[in-house]
Amino acid sequence: MRRSHVTGRGPRKAEVACLPEGWQNPNPARGSWGPRPRAAKMKVKMLSRNPDNYVRETKLDIQRVPRNYDPTLHPFEVPREYVRALNATKLERVFAKPFLASLDGHRDGVNCLAKHPKSLTTVLSGACDGEVKIWNLTRRKCVRTIQAHEGFVRGICARFCGTSFFTVGDDKTVKQWKMDGPGCGEEEEPLQTILGKTVYTGIDHHWKDPVFATCGQQVDIWDEQRTSPVCSMNWGFDSICSVKFNPIETFILGSCASDRNIVLYDMRQATPLKKVILDMRTNTICWNPMEAFHFTAANEDYNLYTFDMRALDMPVQVHMDHVSAVLDVDYSPTGKEFVSASFDKSIRIFPVERSRSREVYHTKRMQHVICVKWTSDSKYIMCGSDEMNIRLWKANASEKLGVLSSREKAANDYNQKLKEKFQYHPHVKRIARHRHLPKSIYSQIQEQRIMRESRRRKEMNRRKHSKPGSVPVVSERKKHVVAVVK
Amino acid sequence: MEPKSDTRRFFKSLHAFGERKQAATVNMTRNVADLLALSQQEDLMDLPNHSPLSTSEDEGDSDGERKCQKLLEAVSSLGGKSRWKLSERSEATLRVSEFNVTCDGSGEKLVLSDLLEPATALSSLAAVKKQLLRVKPKTLAVPLDKREADQILRKAAFSKTSQVLSKWDPVVLKNRQAEQLVFPMEKELPAVAPIEHAFTGWKTRTPLEQEVFNLLHKNKQPVTDPLLTPVEKASLKAMSLEEAKIHRAELQKTRALQSYYEARARREKKIKSKKYHKFMKKGKAKKAFKEFEQLWKDDPSTALQELGKMEKARVLERMSLKHQGSGKWAKSKAIMARYDLETRKAMQEQLAKKRELTQKLQVVSESEEEEECTDEGIISASDGMNDLQMNAAGLNPWMLGSCNSSAERGERKTDPEQLPEQVASGSSVGKEDERPVAEELLLKERSFQERVEPNSAKPVGSQEAEVSSDCQEEVSESRELLQKLHKENDQSEQQKVSSVGTVLQIQREELAQEESLVPQRLERTHVLEEQGELGKEGHCQKRGRPRPMLKGEWKERNPHSVLDVSRKEKKKKKDQLIDLQKLLTTRSPVKSLAVPTVVELEDEVETDHKQIIKEAFAGDDVIREFLKEKREAVEANKPKDLDLTLPGWGEWVGMGLKPSAKKRRRFLIKAPESSPRKDKNLPNVILNEKRNILAAAHQVHTLPHPFTHHQQFERTIQNPIGYTWNTQRAFQKLTVPKVGTKLGHIIKPLKAENVGYHSSSRSDLSVLQSNRKCLSKKQQKQLKASSAD
Repeated sequence: MRRSHVTGRGPRKAEVACLPEGWQNPNPARGSWGPRPRAAKMKVKMLSRNPDNYVRETKLDIQRVPRNYDPTLHPFEVPREYVRALNATKLERVFAKPFLASLDGHRDGVNCLAKHPKSLTTVLSGACDGEVKIWNLTRRKCVRTIQAHEGFVRGICARFCGTSFFTVGDDKTVKQWKMDGPGCGEEEEPLQTILGKTVYTGIDHHWKDPVFATCGQQVDIWDEQRTSPVCSMNWGFDSICSVKFNPIETFILGSCASDRNIVLYDMRQATPLKKVILDMRTNTICWNPMEAFHFTAANEDYNLYTFDMRALDMPVQVHMDHVSAVLDVDYSPTGKEFVSASFDKSIRIFPVERSRSREVYHTKRMQHVICVKWTSDSKYIMCGSDEMNIRLWKANASEKLGVLSSREKAANDYNQKLKEKFQYHPHVKRIARHRHLPKSIYSQIQEQRIMRESRRRKEMNRRKHSKPGSVPVVSERKKHVVAVVK
Repeated sequence: MEPKSDTRRFFKSLHAFGERKQAATVNMTRNVADLLALSQQEDLMDLPNHSPLSTSEDEGDSDGERKCQKLLEAVSSLGGKSRWKLSERSEATLRVSEFNVTCDGSGEKLVLSDLLEPATALSSLAAVKKQLLRVKPKTLAVPLDKREADQILRKAAFSKTSQVLSKWDPVVLKNRQAEQLVFPMEKELPAVAPIEHAFTGWKTRTPLEQEVFNLLHKNKQPVTDPLLTPVEKASLKAMSLEEAKIHRAELQKTRALQSYYEARARREKKIKSKKYHKFMKKGKAKKAFKEFEQLWKDDPSTALQELGKMEKARVLERMSLKHQGSGKWAKSKAIMARYDLETRKAMQEQLAKKRELTQKLQVVSESEEEEECTDEGIISASDGMNDLQMNAAGLNPWMLGSCNSSAERGERKTDPEQLPEQVASGSSVGKEDERPVAEELLLKERSFQERVEPNSAKPVGSQEAEVSSDCQEEVSESRELLQKLHKENDQSEQQKVSSVGTVLQIQREELAQEESLVPQRLERTHVLEEQGELGKEGHCQKRGRPRPMLKGEWKERNPHSVLDVSRKEKKKKKDQLIDLQKLLTTRSPVKSLAVPTVVELEDEVETDHKQIIKEAFAGDDVIREFLKEKREAVEANKPKDLDLTLPGWGEWVGMGLKPSAKKRRRFLIKAPESSPRKDKNLPNVILNEKRNILAAAHQVHTLPHPFTHHQQFERTIQNPIGYTWNTQRAFQKLTVPKVGTKLGHIIKPLKAENVGYHSSSRSDLSVLQSNRKCLSKKQQKQLKASSAD
């Protein structure tokens, strides 16, 4: 029997024991193995081995390496894993290259974006000059251009089946367009045009039924077959800037008006439900696609507020990191994170349950970001900005694109887990948190920190020097809600 | 709503009537007569208040007048030009009716008869008229204004919606807590056709197949889904019914019984009377005793087991402080015991109970000798402990603060004498067990230094002067000291046995004795010499012997002692007491509150405090533990020698063979002499010399948020997750990502069907449209409901 590649203490001993007569002891001079057994009298116990345990089936298989998991043979678990985690964190930062592509072609600022419900590669965008473009993301090319409106395209949304889309514009019209381009020789014409009395500022389509909602002076619910709204609801007199259908309980709508409030509506009962008034105006809201009652509001006071719609008096979480008004927000389809676009020329990614962002994206040329969308496969983020470009980002900055081999995947998972495990260790934390920021944002952050600190100090002093209990401690979450109107 | 709708209908008919402009001249006279009759009838009824036409003014006596006027009008209209003539207004009315029906004057109320006026002509309206006459007046509330109505609607809608939404709570919770979520969530089930469908197009071809099928068909084996033969089914059915019935009956019975017992237990539990419970307990105990006796007769083996249980109960009782006087009740009684005979009695009763409960059951076979031996053993074993406890008590900072002045004085006086004694004994006795004794000495010395130094000079000095006088004397002195040490031991034991109060007294008396002894020493030397031998041989015995014996000896040998009779008597009394208490065989340092009942306390408050602290720290000897800890730390931090000898290298090896000493010496790497520890001269401190400052930069300093205890966090860190330490499967499990997505798959929002909920079949649009149709009705209903609230 030849020595196999499997070596260790046990087998060697066995081999010594069953050396055939003719074989020489490899080193007789040493003599430490003792006298050689006499074959006639000694009972020799043979070790039997199954070749299945160590012979590969084909040449392409990986060599099986038997392992000894005895913990004494693998000491220093924690320090070794710590070093691995540190390295993983560093590599993550090294490979963090989130920017993928910039889609240019618009001749004015991009005002709105829409995802195609059935196709991952198609994106629709509306610009401030009334132009609507349909993009192919894989080719990074504009597929179709429509001059849809005069003035701004205020809102755009695709029908749930993906065959057509709706736009609203400053010219007081709602237009329905076919997703496919016109045939040869045909003119580019909307399927349907509805002339309204007032300007519509936003539009959203129902997730299941042929119904869409527009907002402006009031929230209108339209049947696709009719030219007048099925019902219109209003509460208050200010103009409403955005309206969104709840993706799970589809009869619920949320809207935000310029008199600083967020109003919820029930479409079935054709009535508003509740109104919450915040410190400043909310620009838009987005519903969590996995949690029916949670939505996030992008506010002018640089913060985002995640609400449970059943308890509007206190947001579930206040997300703060932006240094200017937040203009748009969109949830990841997994419902675990959302992305926000801000006037401070950056977009940030927040985990739903955390108050601080995990990621910030910016480039030198990106101006005020007006709209942002998270693609339906949860891998990419698109943002449209003032300077006429749509940018495509990776949702995970250091993620490797494309198909991964199983070993790559395993290594990636392990690294993720290590980073998670050691995330509280100071060095790991520092490296993971480090981001380069443009000077304007950086200085703004510093400035706001000072302001916040001084405000806090002042309040503390006031509390110290006044009657106990007269200056109560108000939590950050409660601070920003002015009132809830039933 | 009935009356309202009826009136509405009636109005319609009125209109029709008016428009037709009938020529009514033919029947006019009859009409007039009818009208008169009608108007008389209508006095009895009233128009509903809520009618928009009604001007809610009170109707006065002008009714008659009005009727008269109407009659006149009717007559004048016989001419028949215009059917409706505007009534002339002599004064301004409050309201002008659009239907031309007005009440005359402001203080009038519109009555149904006014409205019925034109209707009388039509025979078809007779039924309606009758109905109207039967109508009972009913008051409706004023409708709410729009704002309030809207608010109520919104409230109702919101509560409904949030109710609908809260069905998602468990789903959200589940998703948040899930180990792994894989998106897209809806599973694309592979289209698996049931086997029957696969069979349909299949024919038996080979003879074997045919045979098999024949067999199957003979036995009526079903091929399709419910895989039971008709016979099986039948048998199943037949069996199940009866069995089920029996089973059900059984279940019902047990349930009824259970509920009955539960109710009873609950009822009994609610009884607050202590007396009742006492009686119950006593009754139970009696019963148990009787049963036990019976059992003893019938079946001794099980009775023995029972006995074992009782023994266990006793042990439990001993371990607990239940009847020991540390309870709230006992404490309150202890204060009262001084003045009140009854409470004293109660206390004693309780103590007796404790005694009774903790009394070890004597097993008959054991001889008395053995018992003695064990007793001695226990006592001697406890000696060292007692000493230590005394010392600990002396050193304990908690105790220090509470010591009253007299106690301190007493200790101060005793200490200087104790010190040399112990130094002497340290050399002679301390060999058996060097370290603890040395430590004790250290402790004692320290306590002595700390507290006694200022006024220790005089007694020590005088003693030394005496001691140095003679060599022989010195020897005798040392013997005496030895004896005293034993005495001290016994004393400490006694202290432990007796209460704190007695401790003080005893100490004081001991002190007095010793003081009185000092001047007599010289004459007593010869006596002490004799005692010396005794002391030598009695070393072992005396240690364990109870105090009164020793005292007796001591008294015998000191016939010249100056103690007066009263003191002796007192001592005797005390001895008796101690004897009594020894009988209790209580060994715990926590003392019972029997004391106040027997001996009067001098400074009750302070001793109480002391006792409380003693109780609080009972059983934990902090100082010794600390010393031990320090010793261990020092040992652990000492650099170890490194032995690099390889057995079998150039030598024979095997069982019982060791590498030669030369080899070992050669390959032993001596640990370098470490620098002296920083805490060498700090007895109260352990300084960790291993701490690495550089490592601190890599360590977590504050407990991160989700963790509540540092151990939790440490555990998460200490468990390795890598492939180096885990098997492949475990590694895969440990590193599974929290959110998994598939490349190129669209993740759709959560759907009710995906999580097993039923989604409504109607579309939102159709609901909206149907809602709008009956909205007005609904609104009214809701408003009505809300106004009723």
